[in-house]
Amino acid sequence: MATTTATSRATLGTSAVRPDGMPKVQGRFAFASDVWADNMLWGATLRSPHPHARIRSIDVSGALAINGVSVVITADDVPGQLTYGLITSDQPVFARDVVRYAGEPVAAVAADHPETARRALDAIRVDYEVLSPLLDAEQAIDGSFAAIHPDGNVIRNQRVIRGDQSFVGDVIVEGSYELGMQDQAFLGLEAALALPDEDGAGVELFVATQWLHEDQKQIAACLDMPLERVRITLGGVGGAFGGREDISLQVHCCLLALVTRRPIKMQYGREESFFGHIHRHPARIVMRHHADRDGTLRRVEARAVFDGGAYASTSSAVLINAVTHMQGPYRCDIATVDGYVVRTNNPPCGAMRGFGVVQACFAHESQMDKLAVACGLSPVDIRLKNAMRTGDRLITGQIVESVAPVERCIRETAALPMPAPLLDEPDALELPGGSGLTARRSNIRRGVGWGVSIKNLMYSEGFDDYATARCRLADGVVTLQFATAEVGQGFVVLAQQIARTVLGIDTVLLEPISTAIGSAGSTSASRQTWMSGGAVDGACRLVREQLFAHVGATHDVDPLRLAIDATEVIDTMGTLRVAVADAARGLVLDETFEHHHRATEELDENGQGNCHVAFAFVAHRAVVDVDPDLGLVKVVQIATAQDVGRVLNPLAALGQVEGGIAQGLGLAVMEEIVLVNGKMRNPSFTDYLLPTALDAPEVVVTMIEEPEPQAPLGAKGIGEPPCISVTPAIVAAIRDATGKALTRVPVRPQDIVFGD
Amino acid sequence: MTVINATTIDQVVSALREYPQARLVQGGTDVMVEVNLNRARVHDVISLRRVNELRRWHVDEESGTVRIGAGVPYAEMERAPLCLHVPALGEAARTVGAPQIRATGSLGGNLGTCSPAGDGLPVLSALDAVVHLRSADDARDVVVHDFMLGVKQNAKRADEVIVAITVPLLVGFQGYAKVGMRNAMVISAASACLVHDADNGNVRLAFGAVAPTIVRARAAEAWLAERVSLRNSLTLDGAIAREFGQLAAKECAPIDDHRSTADYRRHAVAVLAERLLLRAAEQQGRDE
Repeated sequence: MATTTATSRATLGTSAVRPDGMPKVQGRFAFASDVWADNMLWGATLRSPHPHARIRSIDVSGALAINGVSVVITADDVPGQLTYGLITSDQPVFARDVVRYAGEPVAAVAADHPETARRALDAIRVDYEVLSPLLDAEQAIDGSFAAIHPDGNVIRNQRVIRGDQSFVGDVIVEGSYELGMQDQAFLGLEAALALPDEDGAGVELFVATQWLHEDQKQIAACLDMPLERVRITLGGVGGAFGGREDISLQVHCCLLALVTRRPIKMQYGREESFFGHIHRHPARIVMRHHADRDGTLRRVEARAVFDGGAYASTSSAVLINAVTHMQGPYRCDIATVDGYVVRTNNPPCGAMRGFGVVQACFAHESQMDKLAVACGLSPVDIRLKNAMRTGDRLITGQIVESVAPVERCIRETAALPMPAPLLDEPDALELPGGSGLTARRSNIRRGVGWGVSIKNLMYSEGFDDYATARCRLADGVVTLQFATAEVGQGFVVLAQQIARTVLGIDTVLLEPISTAIGSAGSTSASRQTWMSGGAVDGACRLVREQLFAHVGATHDVDPLRLAIDATEVIDTMGTLRVAVADAARGLVLDETFEHHHRATEELDENGQGNCHVAFAFVAHRAVVDVDPDLGLVKVVQIATAQDVGRVLNPLAALGQVEGGIAQGLGLAVMEEIVLVNGKMRNPSFTDYLLPTALDAPEVVVTMIEEPEPQAPLGAKGIGEPPCISVTPAIVAAIRDATGKALTRVPVRPQDIVFGD
Repeated sequence: MTVINATTIDQVVSALREYPQARLVQGGTDVMVEVNLNRARVHDVISLRRVNELRRWHVDEESGTVRIGAGVPYAEMERAPLCLHVPALGEAARTVGAPQIRATGSLGGNLGTCSPAGDGLPVLSALDAVVHLRSADDARDVVVHDFMLGVKQNAKRADEVIVAITVPLLVGFQGYAKVGMRNAMVISAASACLVHDADNGNVRLAFGAVAPTIVRARAAEAWLAERVSLRNSLTLDGAIAREFGQLAAKECAPIDDHRSTADYRRHAVAVLAERLLLRAAEQQGRDE
């Protein structure tokens, strides 16, 4: 066997190892909840037990009388803006006169010990006048319930109207679909440490978040401080999935620190976490598809109602994603779509991986299967027949300029091997029911189902979600700085890979992720590889230009002829070859770059406009085993071909695909926040069930690499697509095995046993 | 807060006399959840973890029984040799939580908490297990049916500790099946244990999570005994098994909650009972 002496370089395209990987596996990684300060106090939050109530009075005297309690704060103590919010500022820091969901913060305490803080919360007396809650989204639309917020009960209504509205297809299929409320269920709980400035006029915050600068803006407004007096450093983040975009404990923690002039630590437990962050919107979507007899899709009609819960969060953007993706990854000229996202007294909903498209996709993919049956086609053929291509128009009128290999995604998924058939005497643990030993081979039926999706990348509707990065080359070492929230997706290693590739230097250090540099935008919308990757790439290229100018001057070569070859600067038209480390000796080069994506437009009243930046596509084929008599499911295999543009780190890409599939599987068969009268019944991992190793399927993957011309590195975002169409694919497979209609996710055992 | 690290049962029972309000903690898998969720304030604790007597089990060939210490962890029940003596208990043990929970959870905890969803309890019911209790003053044995009184209510006095459980060594099939909302690490939505006592000629069936406490389907057991010869061999057809399951399901009183519905639970136990009985007959066929 040949031996290589050169160590392979962790550049783009390699499975470079993450700097945070080993520490996380070995338990050495410092999450935000692991941060401590001398002399610190513990903060804790009092929350409303009622979904809708008027606050008559709050008596904090009992809490203040407890030894060790420093302070109790309420809405009266908020020095600046009383509300925050990502798109509209409608959510109170603390409820003042009315509470709008069970779990809404009413007061916060600082105490010398978590247990003291907990006792202090018990000692606060809040006199509530309980009001009847608005729980039915339709009541929010039809106006039959009085406004529960000054901004009204409809957060947004958006139509998408295109083409001949009188068109009637030869073949019509319709259905009504429903999705329950999913939670992001990140493992690293909400946590922060706030350190007040000595003069009391500023604060430093270590926090697990998705977007430092957006937090900074909202916190500063509530604290009535200039932006620069709120300095944020990213604490170690254990997953996000959209659930850390909104403010949770940030303002409470900073305010307690400023009032007490002591460091304040806050951290939620698992139960509080369910109340402390937003969730995926439950939705009901009624759809009618019109097609020609041969299966050509002609018109999509849809009415979608999303329950946004008590506060707006990102609801209006989630709705736009839903209504503009109703056609799925298929050509369709005529659309009649009406979407509502409404305010209720349910827990607030906002961003979660897939962001509105998950809901639309479950409906449109269920419809495509119905259409296939009505037209006598297979699930694969109906999708191939209508597969979108680059240059096709969306129902918004926008032309899809992105690489759009929908047909290839479907064909390559279909080409992946099917799982082995069930053995005559299979390992009981591998059957539906798993360790419960409920089934035998003879009780099981196998089914196959398909799902295909389109997902927008980056922010939409005119929003300039730019990213900033800085590259400093000094003494042959590269130092990168950015405010890109590393939430577990692996941007920290990607940034290093980019710098090594562009500059030919292997030692790449990372500055702390903080507001000391300009915004990177949110770690969401499948955008950081494209946006922050583009910013790091741009900053490194600026540094490289200067390096080449220096080398050119030194060696009397036109800098335009220079290039990086591995770790050397070379003259592409001559013989010069000098190690970058040597060429850079004595140089200090320092450049900052902002990457902006192309401009987008707002939608008009008919939902027309170029509102999205770019799109990514994926196909999923699910194979499931079902025990129809007990309604239990085991997902055996997911095959997927995903349009990724270009694979920059194969291991990280596979991780995104496998993780997304597990999350989509969760929505398909088990994950749901159960609400009864506006109250969560299962805010724990005992009863909010996530897939275990025995629930996770074998995953077989093909990455479709057709570089995206618009993308700085040719790579599309890959975080969201894996979790979108896998859900309808699994449900379709259960339908295939059982013949049941199954119009609601998660599919529960009783739905399979008793459903139609 | 006082924590007593007992090393003998005698120390436990005298500590109970001194601290009548103390919580007994074996694996802590129930107590710690209550504490963490702020549902219990624990003042005094008597830890059973170092009481080695509680973690022993032995077979008494003479009486044909197995005596299992109240602190024997599930991890040991799911493995040979213990699972070979009481197979249904091994199967039930495998369904308990995660490996970490099974390494520390025990039947003493299951009985002490006495949740209708306790995974080991249907097995103890179907086996007519005897619960051994000790206090500073006396020792008494209580049949498991008399021990479990209701949701999280049992016959144990505050001054008593559960020291062991005795179950019979039986000839014949025994099996356990549990429906949860995922394939592992899940609380029972409905469970069943069926035991065929071939020597004594009876089939015994118990359900979990479908009533305030564990249900013994005695009417269905009697119905079956009238129709099928249960001594030594067990031969029956599918129709009998189906009717047995449906009759047995009538004996439970399930509720709707966030984990499942009453209708589904009633349906599920009928299916489980039918399947377990068919398995019993199949195994009989195989053994002959």
